[in-house]
Amino acid sequence: MPKDGGIGASTKRREDVRFLTGNGRYTDDINLRGQAYVFFLRSDVAHGKLTNVDTSAAEGMDGVVKIFTGKDFEGVGSIPCGWQVTDKHGQPMQEPGHPVLAQGKVRHVGEPIAAVVAETLGQARDAAEAIVLDIEELPAVINMKDAVKDGATKVHDDLTSNLCYDWGFVEENKDAVNKAFEEAAHVTTLELVNNRLVANPMEPRVAVGDYNRSDGEHTLYTTSQNPHVIRLLMGAFVLGIPEHKLRVVAPDVGGGFGTKIFHYQEEAFCTFAAKACNRPVKWTSSRSEAFMSDAHGRDHVTKIELALDAENNFKAIRTDTYANMGAYLSTFAPSVPTWLHGILMAGNYKTPLIYVNVKAVFTNTVPVDAYRGAGRPEATYQLERLVDKAAHELGVDPIKLRRQNFITEFPYATPVAVEYDTGDYVATMDKLEEMSDLAGFAARRKESEAKGKLRGFGVNCYIEACGIAPSNLVGQLGARAGLYESATVRVNATGGLVVMTGSHSHGQGHETAFPQVIAEMIGIDASMVEIVHGDTARTPMGMGTYGSRSIAVGGSAMVRATEKIIAKAKKIASHLLEASESDIELKDGAFSVAGTDKSVAWGDVTLAAYVPHNYPLEDIEPGLEETAFYDPSNFTYPSGAYACEVELDPETGQVTIERFSAADDFGNIINPMIVSGQVHGGLAQGIGQALMENCTYDSDGQLLSASYMDYAMPRASDVPFYDVDHSCQTPCTHNPLGVKGCGEAGAIGSPPAVVNAVLDAMRSGGKDVAHIDMPVTPSRVWAAMQG
Amino acid sequence: MYNFDVERPTSIADAVQAMSKEEAQPISGGQTLIPTLKARLAAPSVLVSLTGIEEMKGVCMSDDGRLCIGGGTTHSAVAAEAAAHYPGLASVAARIGDPAVRNRGTIGGSLANNDPSACYPAAALGSGATIVTNSREIAADDYFLGMFTTALEEGEIVTEVKFPIPQASHYEKFIQPASRFPLVAVFVAKFSDGVRVAVTGASNDGVFRWTEAEEALSANFSADAVAGLKAEGDMISDLHGTAEYRAHLVGVMTKRAVAAIA
Ligand SMILES: Cc1cc2nc3c(=O)[nH]c(=O)nc-3n(C[C@H](O)[C@H](O)[C@H](O)COP(=O)(O)OP(=O)(O)OC[C@H]3O[C@@H](n4cnc5c(N)ncnc54)[C@H](O)[C@@H]3O)c2cc1C
Repeated sequence: MPKDGGIGASTKRREDVRFLTGNGRYTDDINLRGQAYVFFLRSDVAHGKLTNVDTSAAEGMDGVVKIFTGKDFEGVGSIPCGWQVTDKHGQPMQEPGHPVLAQGKVRHVGEPIAAVVAETLGQARDAAEAIVLDIEELPAVINMKDAVKDGATKVHDDLTSNLCYDWGFVEENKDAVNKAFEEAAHVTTLELVNNRLVANPMEPRVAVGDYNRSDGEHTLYTTSQNPHVIRLLMGAFVLGIPEHKLRVVAPDVGGGFGTKIFHYQEEAFCTFAAKACNRPVKWTSSRSEAFMSDAHGRDHVTKIELALDAENNFKAIRTDTYANMGAYLSTFAPSVPTWLHGILMAGNYKTPLIYVNVKAVFTNTVPVDAYRGAGRPEATYQLERLVDKAAHELGVDPIKLRRQNFITEFPYATPVAVEYDTGDYVATMDKLEEMSDLAGFAARRKESEAKGKLRGFGVNCYIEACGIAPSNLVGQLGARAGLYESATVRVNATGGLVVMTGSHSHGQGHETAFPQVIAEMIGIDASMVEIVHGDTARTPMGMGTYGSRSIAVGGSAMVRATEKIIAKAKKIASHLLEASESDIELKDGAFSVAGTDKSVAWGDVTLAAYVPHNYPLEDIEPGLEETAFYDPSNFTYPSGAYACEVELDPETGQVTIERFSAADDFGNIINPMIVSGQVHGGLAQGIGQALMENCTYDSDGQLLSASYMDYAMPRASDVPFYDVDHSCQTPCTHNPLGVKGCGEAGAIGSPPAVVNAVLDAMRSGGKDVAHIDMPVTPSRVWAAMQG
Repeated sequence: MYNFDVERPTSIADAVQAMSKEEAQPISGGQTLIPTLKARLAAPSVLVSLTGIEEMKGVCMSDDGRLCIGGGTTHSAVAAEAAAHYPGLASVAARIGDPAVRNRGTIGGSLANNDPSACYPAAALGSGATIVTNSREIAADDYFLGMFTTALEEGEIVTEVKFPIPQASHYEKFIQPASRFPLVAVFVAKFSDGVRVAVTGASNDGVFRWTEAEEALSANFSADAVAGLKAEGDMISDLHGTAEYRAHLVGVMTKRAVAAIA
């Protein structure tokens, strides 16, 4: 292994040096000469007719540069949706317009109505207070099931109803599934809510728009996980700016978790206003604004059923889900409850028949879109709660029931359209039982009981589809984008490399992990490799980072480009060594001729490429720079088994997590330390969802959990020291690194284990509670135990 | 924030003078007021900072055996300086918010604000403290008049709080997971002539004394004495807990506080 760490080394994250010493460069650190500030006047009612926006008193106030309203954006495009779902009748989903600033109607608390650009933020805010709004309030549409009833108030008057789509998957299986239920020996039914969440990255969203009159070039600095996607969506669909006149830069980004994938109005506004005002325009979201303008996550209401035969084999699954879209369709919103959710409903089990129904509903709430896991946590939660419930109804051990139904042969084609390439669910479950010391649980329970506490143990399995995704497949499913990734590898004359990747790192550690791969391939120090990302002017067109795709797709593109580099370098080396190309071997940073002691160092070859004095110019061009675009042929399927052990105070209902074990199969691993960190973070978010986080609206559409006073984020003291293991490895068969992705696993795999453990604890206290909804707060636990 | 002027008096007399200006408001640690100003929910024209008034700071014992705490004393100072005299009170101060909040926030600010979930009101009412202002002394029993409401007049400043010291006391707090203020917390103080029980976080009427528990505990100071009691009143119901749950927690917290003392 190279001394600086190749594949498999737990190299410390080089980017942390700048993050931890305050030298990160985030979007809010960017201040341009002559910059003005924008303050958005946002709706404080959930639903209303906007009859007048009177800016006359505000116009003349101190420092005001220009005030914008919906009128200024009448000729401008609508914020586009990037995915079109086709419903069960073959019809396209209903797709409403999404204005940059409200036009004619406001549809959620927090929707921007007017924007004041001023010399200072304080002046912009002062002027915004002087804008007079006439809003005729309309009844708010909040509850999804009410929203789709006949005669319900419509969120969008130009649509036929509040139903975005009614999706059936696989529609052709429906009758066979129903028949299996009729013939079942046992049917388990579960109704549950997947609670709405706010992503809450540490860094709030920021946008700085700039326009250069001399060359007509627009620049947007923004907190994005995918600057090229923003450039394409905003340039082509909203503002009509061709790509060569629009640069989008996403510098250091302080966490995304999905909510920074999407194209937002504020980005389009700052880009538009910079030209209109002829000066840079900056917006920095306050935390309060973030709660009511960042896309929210989850928010599903589901009924799921499992049919079993007399031997407890799973025969069929049927689900009925209402998925909240919020007031508008955010970039990838329609895909989350469908293609990122339905295709996962087989989980780790060989259930031959599955039918998934999803009704996506418009409500007067903030748009809902992907949040860490996106669709897959919802699928896992339903399925793993359902299997646990079935085990208790049947009086069988929940682990045994799972093992009995595991898929054991790969590749495995599920009845929900995907083919798992590899996996070993028995191995991860074996590992989990060992890690979680299941054998010692009874003794630990006794100890808890001696203190007047109840102790519970819960498990779950999970499977996810990562490495998103084959472009031709997602195209058929309605994606309006390709989902390849790109990399340009530039070798400098003295042998150092720069990798320009379309992936974007906002906490994942790409700057450390990506060089480890190249170090391994060439046999040089990882410190000789630099990663460039987050700037459309410096990187090839790439789709960015989400869906645990960076190493599986972006990393593969980098490998392909590096393979081209190595192939060309071998040609140069064969010339320098006067040997046949087929005899050249690359090892430890030197090219040698097989079976001889003749060799030439990596640096001599790269120098020859740029100083081609002794060089086969008649055969190959000078220089050493290659680009590759990698389009995966399948998803990757990380999987695992998680166990949670809780202690429950029956007097207060307080649940504490005493142990948490995670046995994951991520295929091959580049940097085990980074992988553990990704799992830790995911687990904290999963535990947060299970025990604490809850985004709630009242029936008037007011956001009740609108700040950290009421939205409970998990803190260090709320989570245990995790026990994580990723030694079970079944490498992915279809990408060059054999990697699967690890970014979302923790958030996907943990909520059911927590809830299963809480129910187990309650049962041990004599309370057989069939289900409890997340977040499992003390008040809810106590109430459930009174029943 | 809107614009405002700042006055920095160094004596109570100057502060009272400054407070006579139109739309003047005192500011101590700013831990409640600054967020309110930032959210533009208050618009004072003059902020009178009380942090430079030395005579309002510190902890001492009075001749009649009461612990006297200057209105401008920070939570962290109380946590450190009251510990030897009144450990139950010091422990209340030590568990408010986080270190930054404790290093800025003051007892006067907390009692003037009377947040229905704040900690100090429970300690003051539970101890039977006296709130001293620039113009008078107010018994705790007459001071707390409901959520965010006190007996303070416009412009009146809390200059000192005098705490009788019980034989034993304990503050049992169950936190609201987001704000980490109490969801319900109970301060139990055992005096030679009886027991006082004050509850915060639970009621729409703000901090209150749970008199049934006081009677039961005065007769028999044991956790069992309150086991069968149920707190009555207009309990808060919100996304963190139902009214019924809060009423239940009042009982549990009281029982645990007693158990911690007994
Ligand atoms: C993150 C966080 C967590 C917190 N957690 C808790 C907690 O767990 N428990 C808890 O009890 N509190 C908590 N607090 C509140 C904290 O204790 C405040 O410091 C306290 O409530 C107000 O004190 P202050 O000195 O900061 O007052 P300020 O914010 O300066 O003022 C508050 C109000 O009192 C008035 N005022 C201030 N001083 C006086 C005075 N001497 N006389 C008359 N009026 C005055 C002001 O005009 C204002 O209306 C928390 C606060 C924060 C920010």
